[in-house]
Amino acid sequence: MTTPRHRLPPPAPRDPLARPQLHPVPPGARSRAMQAMAARATQGRFVLQACTVCDTATYPPRDACPRCWGTLAWHDQPTGGRVLANTVIRVSTDPYFRDRLPWHMGSIQLDAGPVVLAHLARGLEPGARVAMRLMLDRGGNAALFALPSDAAQVPHPEQGATSMSADPQGRTFVVPVAGATVLVSDARQPVGGALVGALAAAGARLVVAGLPGPAPVRDAHDPVLGLPGVQPLPLDVTDPVSVAETVSRIGGPLDIVINTARHVRAGGVSRDGNLLAQHRALEVSAMGLARLAQATAPILAGRPNGAFLDVLSVTALAGDAGHAGFAAAEAARLSLLQSFRHEMRSTGVRVLEVFTGPTDDADYQALPPPKVAPARLAAAVLDALAQGREQTCVGEVAREAMRRWLDDPALFVRETQP
Amino acid sequence: MSSAAKRPRMAYDGVVMAAPITVPYQRFSSEPAHGWAGAALRALARETGLGPRDLDGFSFSSFSASPDSAVGLVQHLGLMPRWLDHVPTGGASGVMALRRAARAVQCGDAAIVACVAADTNQIDSFRHTLATFSRFSQDAVYPYGFGGPNATFALITQAYMHEHGVTRADFGRICVTQRANAGSNPLALQRSPLDLDTYLAARPIADPVHLFDCVMPCAGAEAFVVTTPEIAAARGWPAARIMATIERHNAYPDDPVQRRGGWAMDADELWAMAGIGPADIDCLQAYDDYPVIVAMQLADLGFCPPDAIARFLRDTHFGIDGTLPLNTNGGQLSAGQAGAAGGYQNLTEGLRQILHCPLGAQVPGARRAAISGFGLVNYDRGVCTAAAVLEAL
Repeated sequence: MTTPRHRLPPPAPRDPLARPQLHPVPPGARSRAMQAMAARATQGRFVLQACTVCDTATYPPRDACPRCWGTLAWHDQPTGGRVLANTVIRVSTDPYFRDRLPWHMGSIQLDAGPVVLAHLARGLEPGARVAMRLMLDRGGNAALFALPSDAAQVPHPEQGATSMSADPQGRTFVVPVAGATVLVSDARQPVGGALVGALAAAGARLVVAGLPGPAPVRDAHDPVLGLPGVQPLPLDVTDPVSVAETVSRIGGPLDIVINTARHVRAGGVSRDGNLLAQHRALEVSAMGLARLAQATAPILAGRPNGAFLDVLSVTALAGDAGHAGFAAAEAARLSLLQSFRHEMRSTGVRVLEVFTGPTDDADYQALPPPKVAPARLAAAVLDALAQGREQTCVGEVAREAMRRWLDDPALFVRETQP
Repeated sequence: MSSAAKRPRMAYDGVVMAAPITVPYQRFSSEPAHGWAGAALRALARETGLGPRDLDGFSFSSFSASPDSAVGLVQHLGLMPRWLDHVPTGGASGVMALRRAARAVQCGDAAIVACVAADTNQIDSFRHTLATFSRFSQDAVYPYGFGGPNATFALITQAYMHEHGVTRADFGRICVTQRANAGSNPLALQRSPLDLDTYLAARPIADPVHLFDCVMPCAGAEAFVVTTPEIAAARGWPAARIMATIERHNAYPDDPVQRRGGWAMDADELWAMAGIGPADIDCLQAYDDYPVIVAMQLADLGFCPPDAIARFLRDTHFGIDGTLPLNTNGGQLSAGQAGAAGGYQNLTEGLRQILHCPLGAQVPGARRAAISGFGLVNYDRGVCTAAAVLEAL
């Protein structure tokens, strides 16, 4: 058992008779074409349909080209635009927006052609140049957001993200870390450790560092676990009692869960397969996610900006002959995550995934580069939260795998199981 | 504009309209749309002596009769028509129902067509109507603050004010005068006098749209009959003839923000067919969901010179005793917007004025009325426009 060196005041006692605060989500019904736009928004792309015959870009999403009746396909589009008209909505009949009035929106002439209605960052007036973002709202649906173009045209995504989270409306589309209470499920591995440090540096109010298994002596000297605002707690995601105990001991309402737990071991299915290791991998990756989700979902649902971010291996997509059991566990984890995301749509809790390739740590010591440095993975997680991006691939291996899988899944499966 | 050669429009000979019916509006009603349609037909029966089997044509418009269409209403109300129409175009539905029924009667497909618009307004049904209004609204409008039509028309109003130098006070003159017109209409939901200062000081709803720029959603029903002059004469119904009509959908789709409606595309045809001009009109019943749309109709239909709308709004007296009597029942801005019936009340009021049986004050000596409709904000603008010119027999 680790003794926390940094003690926070105990959580204030809860009034069991207090009226629960409801968190309605934005109106959710969408056409199939709009769902297809949201599917691309999950990857942070800015897309519109364009005609396969006459090339005209169109919006709102349609099922045929309004100019020539040709079929439509999704394409990445230039993000520039100009404000045509704007308004401040002060009266709304929708419960979600009633809680957030006044609301700024307007019409934008896109450089890509169509006129779109969009959420507007504060201060945008007719004639202003904007940079468009295709975001997901708290109900998981695609939403166009216009930022001042000077604020969005910065080289570093982190800085661009600042302007989303700096805007009162922009904040509702992202997961603010500053001031939040965050649980990292496995902070002992290098990735989790780097993440705890990055979250503390980003201004999290409290980072709960989950520490699985018996505490090694080095915990006591770990500089990250000793940071102010970091609360180390024992957490074994394979043990429901440990999960429940740890969640109950967190000082203050939990806003964000980041699940970094995993059990990586090499081996095939029949050849060099270790059933114990495979079972452990499933317990950590799949059942561990289920345990964490069950214990934390009600808490996250009660928070205004609740989010669950899962860090998982891109081998979840199509398997990995060299780590068959681990890849299977990660595939099960991805499947559970997708169902969990669907469940959370009605609560406004964002469920995000960060795919990684092999990380540059003891788990993948036998593999040659390229590997993802823990600090880089931590930065990618922070960026995913800052952008509210549902799906992120970090590093060349994960990005390339996702590209090939989206392009031709059957071919990709053959190539990853040589 | 179309590449197909245009044949000359056939006049509406052998057709009249009669029996304008308005069922008194209510702010909220638990009665379904079917009940409001029944009330309209009851009133029509009192006015004309017609019963369910006397109608051989039926046209129906409603937003709140779901899951029923005109077919469901036929069986519900015991009709046995040989001609049936469902016109789902909201604020344009009155004129559109009229022109379809007129051709049916003219060609002998039907002899007595009852055109009915009925909508209820249950608690929270306005929000539900908005949420499920159209696919484009659902996908691309309401998720952006759910301001409803107020937000959409705020954008149109802002762009229009900027383009034409129109001020809030200019729009205010429309709203204030219509409220004065409503003063004599006992059925108007809002009859208390409104002055320009109160209009200007009203709370903002979606800038620059303020409280008195918005209609009050309500429940209500409207109806009229389209038939032959012979039947009208035999039954002793005061009637009017149709001088001309137009309709247009999705006009000027490349205007980035709506700055005109389909009227601008078809006004010349309207006046050519009518054989008169805007100056010969005794009253204009224009669709008034927002004052900016009234201004567009005044300009697009030729009541004011192009690019002079701001001055026209300042110089024209729109009262019942004015130079251009406008929305003489108070319009929807004062009388209330009863869903699709809002696209009928302009027609019934215009018909009443020229038949000299108004709900409120009479436009002195009125013989000719222009009616204009505007419907269905499918995405960022109203899609359907229509207009008609009527003359008392």
